[in-house]
Amino acid sequence: MAAVQDGPMELDTEKETKPEILSDGTSKLSGNAASGTLSSSPLTAGGAPKQEDQQTLIAVLQFLRRNKLSESVEILRREAGLEDQEDSQTLDGSGGGKGDRDGGEANSLLSRVSITSAAAPQSTLTPITVKRANEQLDVSVVLSAYSQQGDPSLYQVYYSGLKNFIESVLDCHRAELSQLFYPLFVHMYLELVYNNHENEAKAFFEKFGGDQECYYQDDLRVLCGLTKKEHLKGNEVLLDFRTSRFVLRISRDSYQLLKRHLQERHNNQIWNIIQEHLYIDIFDGMPRSKSQIDSMSGSFAGEARREVNKVKVFHGLLKEPEIEVPLDDEEDEAENEEGKPKKKKTKKDSMGSKSKKQDPNAPQQNRIPLPELKDSDKLDKIMYMKESTKRIRLGPENLPSICFYSFLNAYQGLTAVDFTDDSSLLAGGFADSTVRIWSVTPKKLRKVKSAGELNLIDKESDDVLERIMDEKTASESKILCGHSGPVYSVSFSPDRNYLLSSSEDGTVRLWSLQTFTCLVGYKGHNYPVWDTHFSPFGYYFVSGGHDRVARLWATDHYQPLRIFAGHLADVTCTRFHPNSNYVATGSTDRTIRLWDVLNGNCVRIFTGHKGPVHSLAFSPNGKFLASGSTDGRVLLWDIGHGLMIGELKGHTDTIYALKFSRDGEILASGSMDNTVRLWDSTKAFDDVETDDFTAATGHIHLPDNSQELLLGTYHSKSTPVTHLHFTRRNLLLAAGGYSSQ
Amino acid sequence: MAEERRQKLCSVILPTESMKAMAESVGVGSLQEDSCLALSEEVSYRIKEIAQDALKFMHHGKRRKLTTGDIDHALKLKNVEPLYGFQSQEFIPFRFASGGGRELHFYEEKEVDLSDIINTPLPRVPLDVSLKAHWLSIDGVQPAIPENPPPVPKEQQKTDSTEPLKAVKPGQEEEGSIQTKGQGASSAEVKGSSAKMVPLKMRMKPRSTHELSVEQQLYYKEITEACVGSCEAKRAVCVCNKCYLFLFQVRVNVVQNNLALLIYLMRMVKALMDNPTLYLEKYLHELIPAVVTCIVSKQLCLRPDVDNHWALRDFAARLMAQSCKTFSTTTNNIQSRITKTFTKALLDDKTQWTTRYGCIAGLAELGHDVIKTLIIPRLSVEGARIKAVMDGPVVSNIDKIGADHVQSLLLKHCASVVAKTRPLPDMVDQYKVDYGYLGTMLCSHVVKARAQAAFQAQTVNRTTLTITQPRPTLSVSQSGLSTSSGSRAPSIIKVPSSLTLMSTRPGTPTQPSPPATKYIVMATSAGAASTQQVRSVLHIHRVHMIVHSKVISVPRILIATPGLISPNIKVFKYTFILQ
Repeated sequence: MAAVQDGPMELDTEKETKPEILSDGTSKLSGNAASGTLSSSPLTAGGAPKQEDQQTLIAVLQFLRRNKLSESVEILRREAGLEDQEDSQTLDGSGGGKGDRDGGEANSLLSRVSITSAAAPQSTLTPITVKRANEQLDVSVVLSAYSQQGDPSLYQVYYSGLKNFIESVLDCHRAELSQLFYPLFVHMYLELVYNNHENEAKAFFEKFGGDQECYYQDDLRVLCGLTKKEHLKGNEVLLDFRTSRFVLRISRDSYQLLKRHLQERHNNQIWNIIQEHLYIDIFDGMPRSKSQIDSMSGSFAGEARREVNKVKVFHGLLKEPEIEVPLDDEEDEAENEEGKPKKKKTKKDSMGSKSKKQDPNAPQQNRIPLPELKDSDKLDKIMYMKESTKRIRLGPENLPSICFYSFLNAYQGLTAVDFTDDSSLLAGGFADSTVRIWSVTPKKLRKVKSAGELNLIDKESDDVLERIMDEKTASESKILCGHSGPVYSVSFSPDRNYLLSSSEDGTVRLWSLQTFTCLVGYKGHNYPVWDTHFSPFGYYFVSGGHDRVARLWATDHYQPLRIFAGHLADVTCTRFHPNSNYVATGSTDRTIRLWDVLNGNCVRIFTGHKGPVHSLAFSPNGKFLASGSTDGRVLLWDIGHGLMIGELKGHTDTIYALKFSRDGEILASGSMDNTVRLWDSTKAFDDVETDDFTAATGHIHLPDNSQELLLGTYHSKSTPVTHLHFTRRNLLLAAGGYSSQ
Repeated sequence: MAEERRQKLCSVILPTESMKAMAESVGVGSLQEDSCLALSEEVSYRIKEIAQDALKFMHHGKRRKLTTGDIDHALKLKNVEPLYGFQSQEFIPFRFASGGGRELHFYEEKEVDLSDIINTPLPRVPLDVSLKAHWLSIDGVQPAIPENPPPVPKEQQKTDSTEPLKAVKPGQEEEGSIQTKGQGASSAEVKGSSAKMVPLKMRMKPRSTHELSVEQQLYYKEITEACVGSCEAKRAVCVCNKCYLFLFQVRVNVVQNNLALLIYLMRMVKALMDNPTLYLEKYLHELIPAVVTCIVSKQLCLRPDVDNHWALRDFAARLMAQSCKTFSTTTNNIQSRITKTFTKALLDDKTQWTTRYGCIAGLAELGHDVIKTLIIPRLSVEGARIKAVMDGPVVSNIDKIGADHVQSLLLKHCASVVAKTRPLPDMVDQYKVDYGYLGTMLCSHVVKARAQAAFQAQTVNRTTLTITQPRPTLSVSQSGLSTSSGSRAPSIIKVPSSLTLMSTRPGTPTQPSPPATKYIVMATSAGAASTQQVRSVLHIHRVHMIVHSKVISVPRILIATPGLISPNIKVFKYTFILQ
């Protein structure tokens, strides 16, 4: 909802900014962003996209007009080349529109959209070709679909008839067909509610609510509170359930069985629901087992469609562009101080091997324009190289040491922590709206002198960088004030000059770590921003929030460059891929999506979590993704194949921190249950055999080997683990706020 | 299960009375029943919605508790003004009132006088947020420092070790892995027994690396210091933490023949056993070998002829008996295994006197039945052996002392059993026939035992361990040997100078007590009549150990040095409170 209304605001500026940075995909993105949809249409929608675009544009136009943004209307119309045919439509909703959340208004808007789109043949009856982009539009269509009701008292009969049937089929089909229960249950319940059969709905819920899988319990709780038609309008979760088709993956045999049964019994009610609200992804081959199904299900909208995860993802790492630089420097250094030849040699080797390695999966170097390296960045790279030669090789035999930073007296509530890559600074976000920065090395934090004082400095001197610092301000920690709500995430820029913080107040702020002041407040989310993360190359950053979209920003642009819309609920965590070409977002809808920064498309949808996803981590080689959620499980994903490849059970509470060691051998997870756990990620990735079949169907059978993979559990003293970080030498740093109770 | 779930999910709505009360509070007097019903449904739904949103804020605030702040933020999301005046306290007191057949819970809003607030002194400035770093793990091992939590609670240890086949609990694996790190080979059993039947891939770490870790060294030093040193507070912290280190120490000290330390360690084991908050079952495989070593080892001290290692053996034997009593189950069969070990050693002709003594002591402590079935039948054989040493050609002094000790031990233990089992009268000749060489002495002992029975019941505490020595030997305090570090080992039992008198053997210096040591000498006489018969001076050392901040008064050792001291010296009871 929010996305629908936020999107257009940025539309114009977006159009201006984008060409500077990225050359293609502009119009597609803007169109899709405006409609708040997943931007997959250019790739998959076949013949429909033009029509769709037009519809969305019309919707946008109407919105703009209603908000009296006539200039924008003009510009948009000119650019999109729309005729004036839409003028005839009156704006009946314009009078009442004041609140952002006015459900009725949104409905009226959307109903008009659906009127205009009525001309386009809605492909709702041929499920396999239906695209999300369509579905998002017609809220009222979907709701009104409920008007073709059957006898409310017969619903229980229908449902229990199906239940009996499914319970009586062969075991191999039963697990698959059982997937139907939950979506059917929800849809039938909503249908009853929509048609004002409150008592029947309640009875229906009472009777069958307990049969549903336990991981749907949270949703059922929402559902059971919903007993009136009016409630349906305001409830986003349920609206999403309506508008997005629940995806089920069923083998052909099982599907035939179901079809035959329903046709024999003339059970049209259920058949209609299946036809209209479910998307059944039929595959050939063996039916899946219960455990296979359970491992993938649990999200708001069922499993991901197979074809969604078929797009090629360039998950390789970028070639280190500055490889020559350290070499040169190294030579310089050697010349200068007669460096030991042995030392030099080893370094050359390590870098040589790196440069030779050409990752076939790597994206083009300039696929995404990246900022050029400054001298200071190069120096930092050299430092990094040096440090990494001293890195400890970790493994099951050689576990990392863990240094725990406890925040004491944090009654303001520690909500977020970040370390700089070189582990010299630590930032904490607090519920009292402040951000605090500590230096964890003996080097103190100093501000740059004021402008007047800076004038007096001799700019030619060698130590000018030292001179500009004000010694009087040296301290171990600094407080950054500016937010007006709890700070939910902080992220350092790779060059340690900036810090990002996102807050409940709906803004993302960029702070300078030279002057310790706020530089920019990025507005756009309007609702709490749950997470923000800097790109590994700096300049770009991504944020995600309650408005259910993730946004890609560049530090020098006031408006977002991309809007990644598609999640059905809050975007809770965001992470950049190590090659900066992709962004992963985790959401309360229990899915993880991978977005292409270049064109804003969603290229992967990972389902399987049974609770909101609260942490994400890419493996250093970019091939794998780990995600942790409130259900206490860590799931491992193969990005290239789009598969779940592991499940790590052990935590008993939400996992807020995940981090791979620098070489990727160890995965560390930190949780609300006051533990840090170490997992053998090498083994986890090696154990998975990805033959062609599993890769093609995605029916992975997960080995239940969490206990073997668990290398260690370390309890802290009533200190939830908020953040984990591996230093360049593979020492694990953990941080959390000590709670005295 | 389904029932439970359904109940939880069942949509609950506010009672209409609440609606009426709320309406009245805003000035709407009469609300119709229908509107109440409609309202309550609507309000219930909205409240749920807000609560669900508030939960999001709680999750992102990384808390387990929903605060009023979260509710405010959720209201803000809905464009509703937050509720002012509620703070996120631990406890929000709701007052209860009833009247007119209605019950009401409300939040009392007191009227606050501004001047009061202005005049009250400012509260203390709260402490600023600060950052503290500590090691959660060093090379995979969690150091036992105050910043880290104490080991797993006893209940969980119990469930972990008694139900190893149950689903592995969080933390259990860690238990295993830590031990693997710490204990090398011996942890194989732990892991095997507790970590399910999974194919075990042992992670063996060479012991040397473990010992060399600086933290571990420090820890070892700290523990040793705390155990042997005189600081109660330190002891409290350290003693409880790990027992395996003690056992490690036992090994070290057996090798080094450090009698004094071994005695301390045995006391510590006793303290551990007596501590109700520790769950020792898991460590039995570590404890028992250590204790048994102290019972039957050939040599426990540098000078076996003069040092009183017998007392250690006796004490360890008693400890063994106690652990058999406490821990023996049908599955682990400790008692039968131990008995077998002892008997085997006893039956072996080549067993040394020291070991023989230990075996007999170990068996004897296991109870009368054991004595009756295993020792008394052997009396004549042992008697012959003792006789051979006593009367035979002059062998080494050590053997003689050993034989002597065995003899007195046998007499002591057998006498009471025989006294109970054998009918009167006690005929010396009959005894001689039945028990051989020892018969004569046994007879007199039995007579004495029968006479003493009544007296003993009233004087000797049940928990005291009495070591009767037939001839003067040295008391424990005299064996101050240097520890591995080379420094002089501080003695646990600080013998006040006045007591050195009791050290009967000249030429063995007693360690003078440091002046700082505090000790309290309590109680003096325990009955003049008894002294005549006992002919011994009892030093009763009561060592208070604080384990887990619980005072447990444990090894209470009576070291008797009878003999040369005039028999009319009264029985003293000293209680040393170690400071």
